[in-house]
Amino acid sequence: MQVAARQFIPWLRRPTTLPWLVVPLVLLALAVDLSGGVVLQRIVTILFINLSLVLGLQMFMGNSGVVSFAHIGFMGIGAYASALFSMSPQAKAIALRDLYPALAQVQLPFILAVLVGAGIAALVAALVGFPLMRLSGAASVIATFAVLIIIHTVLVNWSQVTNGPRTLFGIEGYTTLWVSVAWGVAFVMLAYWFKGTPLGLKLRASRENAQAAASIGINIVVVRWVAFILSAFVAGVAGALWAHFITSFSPLAFYLTQTFLIITMLIIGGTGSVTGAVAGTLLVTALFEGLRSVENTINLAGWLPFTVSGFTEVCLSIALILILIFRPAGITGGQELRWPAREGR
Amino acid sequence: MNQILQFLINALSLGGLYALMALGLALIYGILRLVNFAYGELVMVGGYSLLLLGAGAWPWIIVAALSVLMVIATSLLLERVAFRPVRHASPTTMLITSFAVSTLLQNAAILFISPRHKAVATPAFFTENMQIGELLISKSNLVSLVVSLALLGLLTLFLRRTILGNALRAAADDFVMTRLLGVRANQVIATAFAISGGLAGVVSLFWIGRLGSVVPFVGLTPVLIAFVAAVIGGLESLTGAVVGGYLLGFLTVGLQLLLPQVLLDYRQAFVFAIVILVLLFRPQGLIGGNYSAERV
Repeated sequence: MQVAARQFIPWLRRPTTLPWLVVPLVLLALAVDLSGGVVLQRIVTILFINLSLVLGLQMFMGNSGVVSFAHIGFMGIGAYASALFSMSPQAKAIALRDLYPALAQVQLPFILAVLVGAGIAALVAALVGFPLMRLSGAASVIATFAVLIIIHTVLVNWSQVTNGPRTLFGIEGYTTLWVSVAWGVAFVMLAYWFKGTPLGLKLRASRENAQAAASIGINIVVVRWVAFILSAFVAGVAGALWAHFITSFSPLAFYLTQTFLIITMLIIGGTGSVTGAVAGTLLVTALFEGLRSVENTINLAGWLPFTVSGFTEVCLSIALILILIFRPAGITGGQELRWPAREGR
Repeated sequence: MNQILQFLINALSLGGLYALMALGLALIYGILRLVNFAYGELVMVGGYSLLLLGAGAWPWIIVAALSVLMVIATSLLLERVAFRPVRHASPTTMLITSFAVSTLLQNAAILFISPRHKAVATPAFFTENMQIGELLISKSNLVSLVVSLALLGLLTLFLRRTILGNALRAAADDFVMTRLLGVRANQVIATAFAISGGLAGVVSLFWIGRLGSVVPFVGLTPVLIAFVAAVIGGLESLTGAVVGGYLLGFLTVGLQLLLPQVLLDYRQAFVFAIVILVLLFRPQGLIGGNYSAERV
């Protein structure tokens, strides 16, 4: 008994991060579920989907220090690919008239469709990513931006599988609050675990000093590539969840507006830590929804002779610029939440 | 023969505009290592200036001149308010700042003006054609061809013959060394932003004139074109940006003639695939310049 206690108490005192991130998130979801408000539940479901996206981006961007604009493209691939595999043949016959016969009859269970969709996103990331991982700085930004535009162009024009620029409809709404919470929490754990794996450590070493990392035998291209694929998979899952929550969408959903939102969340929270990704997502979602409701109140009450739109984005971009100027490492400064604090080590 | 002439004029006129756009981007990149996403929004500001100032009874040429001045003022303001505070931060921070500025300006236009297309009055020469022998040439193409060549000429003179111009080229080459030699950073950077704004302003006259309307997202295409042209020519070289611009102009007009419609839809994808290839295999661009990977 005493022995057990002697082992248990130091274990309790060890500074931990994950419970402090996961427990509040689950409690938040529980509170929202019990409150029963439909609007609030929708907001929190989207919050957890966005959290998955932000975590996906954090795993690559935060650990490697390389900016990627391509991830919302992978989200789009995950969304469309999973929808193709989850839709019933009848729904496909209506929504996608020119679909290839081989795909028209396929229907997978939701969870498999999500995994297949994310797998395809990861595959695309693996194919286009490998050569890009040599680049860094401005070149990598422009190259990943180019990837986003290429994916967008293909989504808009490949009418056979995406219904072109028009809305794709007829997807079943499988994603519930708890489905998105489960994935979101799983990705928090994944992202936290990933940081500490040998791969994550190598990646962070290459972020701090590429030359020094290379000189001790780290193959930067391969390390970045694996992280890129993994993070694209996470983004693909998020896209699949989003598709099965929104149930009808067009390629425009996976372009610059969403990119801006996700990058804002990550930067405001702080790219360097999982805590930053979580904090940024929570904070920006709260800001976003708060400002939107201000906008809607003004518009509904008709206080102004015109409809107000864009106000939310104006405020968010100002917040982002201020953070970049005064606290470029984000509100968490790249630190993980730890409690109890580490004692004088 | 006529067809070739026609092709040349169209390609040179489009290429001239593209060259101006690319140059505005490369000038800032060369000095600050800032990839300015907000560059397209300068074109948007030009468009809205044309819209708002054009409501009065002033002749177009005055409205156009005032619009260009507005764009220059906006560019200088952005430098002072948003870019100067992050000047010493990492390139990533600067880049995301410019992305935020771009979103800010777009949504400010949505908020304060309108999310919808607004028709902009354009002078008659934008719609008229001119008959030279057997050639039918649109006057606006001819004007933009001449204006872009004249501007490029003037800019070359400025960059090569004046002290400030030389300081600017030196700064684009090696900013730290230039500062060590006593050139004032603020002055050089402000000049670069002013020139970049002026180029965007002139581009907006023709770009908005061709479209005949302005919308908050109008800057996206110009900034993408500027990216592509600057990368192809070489982001770090001013000559490269101009060459890249003309090359892209020829490529665009050429593909329009040669590619079947099915592939034409994917043109943007092809163009950006070329960008990726250039970045991978010739990161210094086709023209070059003194590109070098960071050394220890």
